[in-house]
Order: sequence, then structure tokens, then C-alpha cells
Amino acid sequence: MHEMALAESVIQIVEETARKSAAAAVRAVWLEIGRLSHVEPEALRFAFDVVKRNGPAHGARLEIVATEGAAWCMKCSRTVTLARLGDACPHCGSYQLQVTAGDEMRVKEIEVD
Amino acid sequence: MCTTCGCGQSDTRIEGVHVHEHVHADGTVHRHSHDHADPHGHGHDHGHHDHGHEDLHYGRGPAGAHAPGMSQARMVQIEQDILGKNDALAAANRKRFAALGIFAVNLVSSPGSGKTTLLVRTIEALKGRRDIVVIEGDQESSFDADRIRATGAPALQINTGKGCHLDAEMVGKAVERLAPPAGSVLMIENVGNLVCPAGFDLGEAHKVVVLSVTEGEDKPLKYPDMFRRSSVMLLNKVDLLPYVEFDVAQCIEYARRVNPDIRVIEVSATKGQGMSEWFGWIEYGAQTAAAARGESVDAMKARLAELESQVAALKSMLP
Repeated sequence: MHEMALAESVIQIVEETARKSAAAAVRAVWLEIGRLSHVEPEALRFAFDVVKRNGPAHGARLEIVATEGAAWCMKCSRTVTLARLGDACPHCGSYQLQVTAGDEMRVKEIEVD
Repeated sequence: MCTTCGCGQSDTRIEGVHVHEHVHADGTVHRHSHDHADPHGHGHDHGHHDHGHEDLHYGRGPAGAHAPGMSQARMVQIEQDILGKNDALAAANRKRFAALGIFAVNLVSSPGSGKTTLLVRTIEALKGRRDIVVIEGDQESSFDADRIRATGAPALQINTGKGCHLDAEMVGKAVERLAPPAGSVLMIENVGNLVCPAGFDLGEAHKVVVLSVTEGEDKPLKYPDMFRRSSVMLLNKVDLLPYVEFDVAQCIEYARRVNPDIRVIEVSATKGQGMSEWFGWIEYGAQTAAAARGESVDAMKARLAELESQVAALKSMLP
């Protein structure tokens, strides 16, 4: 539900970068969104389509690269994959997990004219 | 607007003052209030990691998915956290709290868990021992801030309008107005919502999630982000346990699945059960924050004394 605020942050970063690099238009925006982050990609796409209007990114395509979740398992003493928060270690079944990757939300790059 | 609740950011008000968003001719979006005495002004306070990698990479396609080739297109690397601006403002809030030895707590929950009643009882119990200052976040109305003010504690209402969470900028502005005294406790009651406030750091020392036994015990698994980011889970309304189907042990087990370190305190804000443990947790946090400030003040005093003696020594060498 906070995807609107996130989309506004994205468009701020994108428009400022476009202005600094003297771009006429933004063709595409590449985001990296972790599978464990609190973002619903479809809601973010919808919000992005709203906030991009009337600016240099009005015609921009949104590309979302999903990054996998990972956690450090205290019992196994190693990094394991984690599909969802609240899941157990796929190897030992323990919940003693510390998320190490997959909660990132980044603007990676933009393609401009 | 949001697909689910229609939330946007443009209707934010802090105690009746509108916080507006303007799109400038150059495309930048500014969000600011009409309070122009605001020292944050219209500045773009970006994070330390911002703009560090704005190198231009011509003709390099991302992940080999496409190549600009014949067109004028080029790739501009950004590598910025989407919430970088909020995080930078939260860091500024945190620095301000540390400088004043303020213990800031971000109270989160779904609507109706009893956050405001809990706050009222906490203020009444700690009255005379500890200054408590409150920021209330709600979409509309000042009912909650009015309830807090009735206890005698300073409170400021932030109306987020269509927004579904507080952000660091709103809290920074509210703190400027409230000016909480050194060594006080700042309670930030976030918008009742177990989803959106999870991602927005306000500069608090801890998030405390309130869950009442009239809700489901599976909420920690339904809304794992919030429980993962909270230091404490207050299980409220435990006086109602005889009348509701709520498995306390199961709930705690679910909460520990998403956050093995979460501390659980079972309370009844209305009947007082378990509240002394909660007050103890606040008092410990407040003392720790005040002591950390004391240490830094002592360190500064020692450094000042050292510099003064050096100045005196240098002066004595002058003809």
C-alpha cells in the first residue's frame, strides 16, 4: 500500500538523474527489488505509471529485477536460501535465521535519450 | 494512487498545516509545508551514497537484454536505495535524538489494538518521573492527540491524508515543533497499519509492535515485515483471553519464526496487568539514551579542557 510513496521516490531519483545527465527523455528504468522486501511489484508498476506522467519519464518502461532471498542459519552456520519471511531453514527446519539478502530496493540504472 | 487503499502523499498535514507537493518545470518533485521558517527548506537532503556512481556507460546494455546500438540511447548508472532519502532524514532525526539523549519509540500496529490507551496509561504511570512527548499519526482527525493532551503530555497530531504511514520528514518537522526536552521519551504512534510503516525508518531507537488478543495469533506470519523489524511485541488486552480464542504460545512461536530476538511483553493496558514490565523497558531505554548523551558531553568537556590547556601553553610561548 506504500508503493505510491516508493514510486514517488523512484521518480524523484530518475528525474534528477535525467536532468543532471541532460537527457531529453527516459526510455527505461531498472529497479532491483528483493523477494523479501515489502514491495508488491504489480502495485509498484501501477503507481509508477501514475507518477511518471508529465515528466521526462512519461514514456518510460519499468523493468523490475527480482533478487533472491538469503539468510544466515545459526544452526547450520551457513547461508541458506529463503523464499519468504517466516519460512524455516530448508536444510534443518530451524527458524533461527538472519536475513542477509533479498530485502533490497534499489534504482539500478536508467536508459535515456 | 495506491491500488489497494488509494493512498498518496499529497494530503499530508501537520496540525492543520498543509504539506504540499510541487512538480517544478525541471521535473523535480518537492514536498514541503507552507511553514517557510522550516530550516530543512526545500533542500534535497540526499543520502551519503547518492550520486556516487553517475558514470555514463554508452552502448552497454543491462544484463545483455538490449543494446542501444543505432539510437541515441545511453545507460546511466544510479545504484541508489529507493528509500535513501527517507533513510538520510531518519539518520538526521536519530542524530538529533542522540544529541539530546531522547529515547524514541515507534509504536506500530493494526487499527484498534489499543495503542492510544496504552500510551495514555504509560504517560499517567510515568508522570513526574519521565517527560513523555507524543507524535500521533492518523489519516484524519486529532482525536488521538487530544486524548494524549488531556493527560498533560505535549502531543502533536500528524494527519497523513491519503498516506498510509509516517515518514522521517514528517517526524523531523513534528520534532522541531514539539522540541522534546533532553532526556525525554518520544513516543511516535504510527498510522494503524501493519504493512506500510514497516519500511519507513523514522529515526527511532526501537519499533514496538502492539498486537491485541482480539486479533488473530497468526498475524506475525501474515505481516512478517513488521514483526521482523520490531524489537518488542506487546501482546495487549490479555484480560480478554478467557473470552476469545487466542493461542498465546502459538502467537509467540510465530513471532519468533520471523524474528528470533523479539521480546514479548503480555499486557492489559486497561487492567494494568504486565504494564510494570513495559514501564521498566521504557525506563531502561531512557536511561541508556540519557547516559550515552552524558558520556558524549563528558567526552566533549574533556576535549575542550585539553584544547584550552593547549591554547594556554601556546599563549605562554608568545613574546
